[in-house]
Amino acid sequence: MKDALRRMIRANKLSLVSLIVIFLLILFSILAPWLTPYGEADMDLMHRLSPPSAEHLLGTDEAGRDVLTRLLYGSRVSLMVGIVPTLLSMVIGAVLGVTAGYLGGAVDSIIMRLADIVLAFPSMLLAMVIMYTLGDGLFNVFLTLTLMNWGTVARIARAETLKLKTIDYVEAARSIGMSKGRIIMRHILPNCIPTLIVLFTLNVPSAILTESALSFLGLGIQPPSASWGLMVNTGRQYLFNAPWLSFAPSGAIMLAVLSFNFLGDGLRDAIDPRLRRR
Amino acid sequence: MKRLLQAVLVLLLVSLALFVMLRIVPGNPVAVLMGEHANEATIERLTAELGLDQPIHVQFFRYLGGAIRGDFGTSYSLGKPVSQLMGAAFVNTLLLALAAALFAWIVGGLCGLLAAIRKNSIPDRLFMGFSLLGISMPVFMVAMILQYVFGYWLHWLPISGVSDWRSFILPAIALGWNSAGSIARLVRSTLADTLEDDYIDTARAKGLSETAVIWRHALRNTMLPTVTMMALQLSGLLSGAVITETIFSINGIGRLAVQAINGRDIPLLQGTVLFATALVIFGNLIADLLYKVLDPRTRREVKE
Repeated sequence: MKDALRRMIRANKLSLVSLIVIFLLILFSILAPWLTPYGEADMDLMHRLSPPSAEHLLGTDEAGRDVLTRLLYGSRVSLMVGIVPTLLSMVIGAVLGVTAGYLGGAVDSIIMRLADIVLAFPSMLLAMVIMYTLGDGLFNVFLTLTLMNWGTVARIARAETLKLKTIDYVEAARSIGMSKGRIIMRHILPNCIPTLIVLFTLNVPSAILTESALSFLGLGIQPPSASWGLMVNTGRQYLFNAPWLSFAPSGAIMLAVLSFNFLGDGLRDAIDPRLRRR
Repeated sequence: MKRLLQAVLVLLLVSLALFVMLRIVPGNPVAVLMGEHANEATIERLTAELGLDQPIHVQFFRYLGGAIRGDFGTSYSLGKPVSQLMGAAFVNTLLLALAAALFAWIVGGLCGLLAAIRKNSIPDRLFMGFSLLGISMPVFMVAMILQYVFGYWLHWLPISGVSDWRSFILPAIALGWNSAGSIARLVRSTLADTLEDDYIDTARAKGLSETAVIWRHALRNTMLPTVTMMALQLSGLLSGAVITETIFSINGIGRLAVQAINGRDIPLLQGTVLFATALVIFGNLIADLLYKVLDPRTRREVKE
């Protein structure tokens, strides 16, 4: 893993830059209260919709709240939504995919048909239906993104397992009577991990984009908590007289997504070139 | 034939999953629909009229039977047959998606082509950096920038709504933007690989001009992966259409789905999502078949 990172950084300077940007984004979101003199919900009705200035670097919104401050606090939600459900869906997808690949038969068919169903929907519409069923809110956004994304992971983990299953040392483990569970845990899963790491980095940006799209439509995160997508949603009403309201959070989304994409590309080339963009 | 059966099976499972998901929403939809002041008797009568008092499997088969005949029930919020609403909306979505695909193919294809020919040159890096930027921009961001620049600032094109063909230009670019990025990257990587193949050297050795080598030999092999890509894009285009149609106020399938959610209109939501998913499933099927026509090597059944 260390070697791969070194190789990536040597081959691809941009991936190093994006790694730093991601690190800074996470740092800023944690340090938000100390980085800005304003509170997340501090309203200043005398200075509504004021353009970017020295006092308010990115201007203020319709309630006179500082946009940069909202952006910093919003990054907590947006980054968390990118990372947590993606991690969950990785774990679920990997376990299901490896199990399906290793056991084969009816278990395989059932798991993979379930994945087929999830993957058949246009993702945005599936997200909308699940959000409708669950109701809105942060926790349900997590759940929705997890339910949506495990399918791809399962498919790739399964394909990887089918390949690993025939390799000599796995055959050897089987012949000395190692249990299925142990073979999966000791030999199959660890070998899937590099592939899964690449997939993780490439799935985070799509989770961020889905959340922002859901919140943009008003189906995701609900006020008063801020997420970048939600900020765009409220800012859109003022697109022509206060464009910074929607463009600032859009830019933040783009920066985060772009960084993860660059990093994912670099990691993939270094670890697992076979995963070239589907 | 096997693939067709598979597609139908997946569609059946999808409709079942969708049906179950939308029925476990807490609360009687009729009661929600009528508001707080409805009396018990009316609610009961309407529930029976809509068949919602039947066991769930009976409801499902009834729905499926109707859907096959093109009857998706009546929209609660708009009071019209869902199929009629979807028919009108589908035309708009189809026009939008086609225009977006056209934009993505021309722009993405050209950028990828130019980048591959001059690999690692400045235009190559520029295009590839730009394409990653394209992939990373949320649809609504592209849409709003276009609205701001071409609609509000320059007054060249309408900001939203549909009046004539010009109304489709900005939405099509917004929707096709991401696809253009992925197509550019795909064309570049496959074309660059192909250009290193032996038969390309042969063609050059025969004294063919570089243009002929690229157009007649190399591009043909680039077509294959791009066809697969096209099918994969369909699903993304329909997802993006939800946002694009909402921003530009185009009455398409995606906007209908959003309206359905806001109006808690289950038949309309179910119909639009099922319809869009069916489009994707059969789009993939057609791409698979097309792939077989284009690439004779895959005609034999290959085991996994």
